[in-house]
Order: sequence, then C-alpha cells, then structure tokens
Amino acid sequence: MEKKMVNLKIDGIAAKVSEDSTVMQAADSIGIHIPRLCYHPRLSSVGACRVCVVEIDGAKNFPASCVTTVFEGMNVKTNTPAIREARRNIVELILDNHPKECQICERNNNCELQQLATTLGVEEYLYAGERKHFDIDSSSCSIVRDSDKCILCGKCVRVCAEIQGVNALSISARGYKTNVGPAYNMEMKDSVCINCGQCTLVCPTAALTEKDGIKETFKNLSNPDKVCIVQIAPAVRVAVGEAFGFAPGTDKTFEMVAALRMLGFKVVFDTQFSADLTIIEEGHEFIKRLTTGGKLPMFTSCSPGWIKYLETFHPEFIENVSTCKSPQQMMGALIKTFYAKKAGIDPAKIFSVSIMPCTAKKYECARPEMKSSGFQDVDVVLTTRELAKMIKQAGIKFSELKPGQFDGPMGESTGAAPIFGVTGGVMEAALRTAYEVITKKTLPSVDFKDVRGLKGIKEAVVDVAGTKVNVAIVNGLANVHKLLTEIKEGKRKYHFVEVMTCPGGCIGGGGQIYPQGDLEAMDVDLYSQRSAGLYTIDEEKKIRKSHENPLITAIYKEFLIKPLGELSHKLLHTHYHAACPKGVPSELRDTVNIG
Amino acid sequence: MNNTCTCAPELKEKEKQDGIKELKEFIKEHKLLHDKQGALMTVLHKVQEIFGYIPREAMDVVSESLGVPTAHIYGMATFYNFFSLKPKAKYQISVCKGTACYVAGGARLLERVEEELKIKLGDVTPDGLFGLSITRCLGCCGLSPVIQVNEEVFVRLVPEKIPAILEKFRKQEKKTK
Ligand code: SF4
Ligand code: SF4
Ligand code: SF4
Ligand code: FES
Ligand code: FES
Repeated sequence: MEKKMVNLKIDGIAAKVSEDSTVMQAADSIGIHIPRLCYHPRLSSVGACRVCVVEIDGAKNFPASCVTTVFEGMNVKTNTPAIREARRNIVELILDNHPKECQICERNNNCELQQLATTLGVEEYLYAGERKHFDIDSSSCSIVRDSDKCILCGKCVRVCAEIQGVNALSISARGYKTNVGPAYNMEMKDSVCINCGQCTLVCPTAALTEKDGIKETFKNLSNPDKVCIVQIAPAVRVAVGEAFGFAPGTDKTFEMVAALRMLGFKVVFDTQFSADLTIIEEGHEFIKRLTTGGKLPMFTSCSPGWIKYLETFHPEFIENVSTCKSPQQMMGALIKTFYAKKAGIDPAKIFSVSIMPCTAKKYECARPEMKSSGFQDVDVVLTTRELAKMIKQAGIKFSELKPGQFDGPMGESTGAAPIFGVTGGVMEAALRTAYEVITKKTLPSVDFKDVRGLKGIKEAVVDVAGTKVNVAIVNGLANVHKLLTEIKEGKRKYHFVEVMTCPGGCIGGGGQIYPQGDLEAMDVDLYSQRSAGLYTIDEEKKIRKSHENPLITAIYKEFLIKPLGELSHKLLHTHYHAACPKGVPSELRDTVNIG
Repeated sequence: MNNTCTCAPELKEKEKQDGIKELKEFIKEHKLLHDKQGALMTVLHKVQEIFGYIPREAMDVVSESLGVPTAHIYGMATFYNFFSLKPKAKYQISVCKGTACYVAGGARLLERVEEELKIKLGDVTPDGLFGLSITRCLGCCGLSPVIQVNEEVFVRLVPEKIPAILEKFRKQEKKTK
C-alpha cells in the first residue's frame, strides 16, 4: 500500500515525508542535522539520550525528534535559544559524569561526544562531583571496554543484537550503577562476543575500542634482532585514505606499502596473494565435496567472526564449513615456513604483522590452532584505524608518498583477490576458478553480477557443465542466523554459501576508519564507494582468475606440490570446535540490508 | 575437541539441583501461556521464589529453555529492585550511614566488619551466614554510632566490639543446628 505523505514545517522550511517518518528523518531529508547521540539510522530508536530535542507547536515539553512521528501541519523548531539551552544542559550532564581526559583518549578528535560538546558550545563543567567508576575490561583479544566513558546510548547493545544477532551486551542495573556489558558482569573474553567490532564503529565515545597492537609493533620495529614482515588485506586499501582526507574508495595500496617501509617493515606482502591461494584450496575442496558426496552446503571460512559465531551459536554446522584457513593465516603460516626458508631467515626472528579491516582477526591470530609454523603464525594484527594512527605518529605525510612495491614471492595477485573485501567477492572469485577447473573451458565473462551488491542475503544459480550450482551470499550475522535456520527447516537449499560477519563484508569491518563527518557506520553511499574501489582494482588487473596467478603456480611447483596435498593440510587448513558458553541467538528478523 | 564447559559454576548442593528441576518443570508448564517478555518476568519471579535469589545457573536454564539471550535476562534481573542476584544472608548486618553515626565513626565500623568477614559492602559470606549493607538513619542518633543485625540494634559501638557481636551470632547459629 502507498504510504500517505504529510506536510510539515521545520524551521520555516516545508518538508513532505511519509506519515511514518520521524521528525529527525524529516529534518534530515531537507538538510537540517539535528544533533544526536543514541540514534542510528540502521538500528531501532530508543530515545535514550534526549540530545535531539526540538520544539513542536502545541507540545508541552521538548520531544525527542528521533522517536516522534510527524503529522500533517506540524510546526517544528530545531534551533531556538530554549532548545539550544536544553541540549547544552543535557550534554553538560553527560560530561559531568564523564572522564575529563580527551587529550589522552583513544577517540580524541574522532569522538561524537567531544564534537557535540564543541558544536553545542558547552563551556564549563557544572558539578565536578564524584563520577562513576568501573574497571576497564581488556580481557578480549579484540575489544576493550572502558565503561567510565560510556554514555549509555545503547547503540552497541542494539548493533550486537539487531545486526549481528549475537546479544553479547545489555544495559544492566539502574541509577548510578547502570552499566553496559556482557551477562553476569563477566569479562568480554568469557562472553558470547564474537569479536566483530561493530560495536566500536557505532560507539560515540571511547567506551568500546579495539585492543592496541601499536605498542608491540613499534617495539619490534625498533628491535634490530627482529625481521618485521607485514601483509595488507584487500579492504584496508580502499578505506585507509579516509583518515587522510581522501574520498572513500580511493585506492591507496601502494602509498600504504611505501608508508609501511618507512615505518621499518623489511618485507611487505599482499594478503591478496593468499586470497588467490585460498581460492585454489577452497575451490578444490568444494569440487571434492561436490563430486564425492561430501557435506554440503559448504560455507566459506575466511571471516573469523563468523567462525566464532558458528562455534558458539551453530556448532551443528561445523562440518559444513571449509577447512581452509583465512588468507591472513595462510600468509602467516607461509611467511614463517616457505618464505623464511627461501630468504634464509630464522623464523624465530620474524615478527609478522597484518593490517586488517577487522578486530576479529586479532582474535583469530591468537587461536591455539594458528601455530602451524611452530610459532604463532601472525604475531600482531593492526586494524586500518591503527595503521592510520601509526602513520600519523611517525610523522609520515601520507598524501605526499610515492607509491611503493610489494615484495615477491607473495606480492602479486589477480582481480579475484581484491573483491574478497566485499560481500559476494569470495563467491565470485571461487566461481571464476571452480567453473574453469571443472569444465576445463574458459569463462565467457568473469563478471558474476548476481552475487554483487550490499543486500543481506543474495542467491544465484550457476550452470557448471550442466550441473546447476546453487549459491548464496550472506553478510551480517543476524542474516546468517536466518539463513542457517531456514536451511535446517529445508526452506533453502544450496551447494555453496559465502558468509561475511560484517554488514557489507570487510569494507564495513569493525576495524575500519571511523566514518568521517556526519556519516555513520553502515551508510550505503560510504560502503558502495569502498566496494566500487575494490571492483575497480579487479577490473584493472590483467589477470582476474586466481588459478592464473603465476606466483600461485610457482608456489605449488616449488613448495606446496598440489592443492589439498600434505603440506596444504599442515599449513593451510584448520579445524573448529563447539565453544562455551553456548550462545542463544536473537529471534528471526527480516533480512537486514545495507543497500 | 571436547566441549568441556568451565564457564558456569557447578551445581553442587542438592538443594540447588532440586530447585533447578522445579524451575524446569515450571517453565515447561508456563512457556506457551505468555509472550516471551511476559514469560520471562513470570519465570524470574519463580526463580526468586525457589532460591530466594536469582542464581546464575537458573538464568542459564531460563535462557536456554525460553530462547532468550543471557545478556537480556541479566539486564532484566538487575533492573528491578525486587530481584536479587545474591543469596540472602541469614544475618544481615546494616551499618548506619546517617549523619550522626557517620560523624561518630560509622565508617570505621564498616571497615572493621569488612575486615572481619573478608567481604565487601553488598556481599554475603560464602557460608551464607552474614551479609553486609548500609542503611539510612535508624532514628537512634543519640546513641550513635549504631549497627543493626536483622532486627537487633547495637549502639555506641567502637570497632573493637565488632568481633564479639559476630561471635554472638555464630554461636546462636550453632545452637539452632
Ligand atoms: S570519549 Fe570522547 S569525550 Fe570522552 S575522553 Fe575520549 S575524546 Fe573525550
Ligand atoms: S564485538 Fe561484535 S559480537 Fe562482540 S560485543 Fe561488539 S558487536 Fe557484539
Ligand atoms: S559502550 Fe558506547 S555504544 Fe555502548 S552504550 Fe556506552 S557509549 Fe553507547
Ligand atoms: S538521538 Fe534522539 S534521544 Fe538520542
Ligand atoms: S544517624 Fe545512625 S541512627 Fe541516626
């Protein structure tokens, strides 16, 4: 049914919106930005912070615009002296209960609360009384929770429940003891949190941030006994520029390589090389399952948040998940074996770093299985945010850098690799290879357009030599829960499913640059731009199929021998196990679509 | 790999096991009568009735059988004042925090009780015998500082007298056994 439109006036400007819009949405639609803290366009609205109050003719008090629905003839004022005063008072009250340590804070200059205080013209601290105090929880490999900085907006609780279906967090107690955290006040590491970091993207303050890897990296970079080697994930290259004023989606691969060398890394490899390698191993695993009656559907395994989710919430699907390690961990294992031997470096002296769009990768590299080289394969994972920070700390002028080059023998990749960073990309890359390996024919077109786009769940049927292969692509774990449930109920049937933990895939990873300006996490334009950046890199490559990467051919010839072979098993594959405590997922919801 | 759970405290006491059994039966009977939120409230009240408080094991059971994430249950159980997440002590010690008692040294009484019992404000001793809380003026300011143990009030206290008071209740407890 067509929604009825209503007319209203906001600050004297006419607006026409559908009758179920909120006042805030109506204002947004005509370019008026009402200040906000607890509202997020992708999450349910709770009206908790009251920063978004407005004056409405006929209303007794000042309603919160994010939870007030429009009506015909409504007259709204967002910018009167009384409203400015009210907002300022609200923010002052929040600040009175907030640590006064912006200069030494993780989110300094990147903090919604700080920003708001400045724009609203808060000039003094009112009641410098006692503040609440909680201990910092840094138990998790990925997320640090500093409740003293929490303003109880509840966005983390909602993103974790509504987008990820994990429900690791809730608001507990009341009054001055009110806090946000896992059940039973337990530590993050003992909770059902799957380390995705989406909460750090929506948190308006530094109450939730990633675990620091910068200190250890700098320490090792200045240690003459260490050989520091680094790898860069696909999705990082189209987002890192945002921290230096470039538009989202700008490809900064080679500037990043140059910056990493200036920071002191001796060797710079490309995770895209091991993405190609993943396709070879995973493609062969899929063909084997398909042709020998193995467990289907097969699920991809490169997203560590999804793996932890699987182990915590849906262990019954463990055997369906590819045993392939993620590209990061394949690269990690090869650096300390293959490369160490080739370059004559003692693997004990290698300090292996990876730059990832992801906080869950910090958890992945610390998993006990990830020691196939005899050492921890990847020593430290830095997020895109952390890399940007290191570049700034080192005084490197990013915008003036001359492009650098990756090192052989693991620095070249095909067009199938960059798209690992966006939902649908792993599937497309796998199809390009699986099709040609099975049919021994050249694909008419390498572009599988059906699997692209930011929808939460996508489906496609691919004809491979007369066999109809049903594939699905899913991102955001609430959607994954829906998909798995419907597979169990027999409502969905697939051969191959790609899963990415974060909305949009790695381009929307929990470790990406905080959206700049008025942009929010999960913004469709922002994510489309980043993803377009990756598809452009794909298109501009001469070789666009993983199995045609000459360095991949070389590494099999020289070292790995054959896909799914003995060495592959030892270095490139892994296993999973049910986790505890077992998670109880949210109830099924409609598919969450970013775009 | 085996899924050996180490995260939840084991159910040791027979009482608790019986309680959990009763709880499960209750949930089975009442599950379909309400929407989830309503069911949760009813079930949590039942938990409080069975155990006298809301133990974590019980919340785990409720979570699994109603399909509600533990974080939500915890949020709800800590929000309402009529739910308690700690077992009730047999003897609840309330140290008066009114102005008169405070001026007369109430804080030192509190410290001493904490020291003697090795618990913090709001906690209960592991044997469930003593709990520690503070209270507002008890109306006997002339006799400050005071503490109250269950219904009994002790007046004009100095910290040195605390051990004897605790001992008195320990003895009383032995006799009743
Ligand atoms: S969270 Fe924001 S307001 Fe709070 S100390 Fe950090 S920068 Fe300042
Ligand atoms: S990291 Fe992800 S799973 Fe963990 S609390 Fe944050 S949003 Fe939830
Ligand atoms: S931790 Fe951050 S997102 Fe969560 S409630 Fe607190 S301020 Fe809001
Ligand atoms: S943004 Fe509207 S109440 Fe917080
Ligand atoms: S202040 Fe303690 S009894 Fe009044």
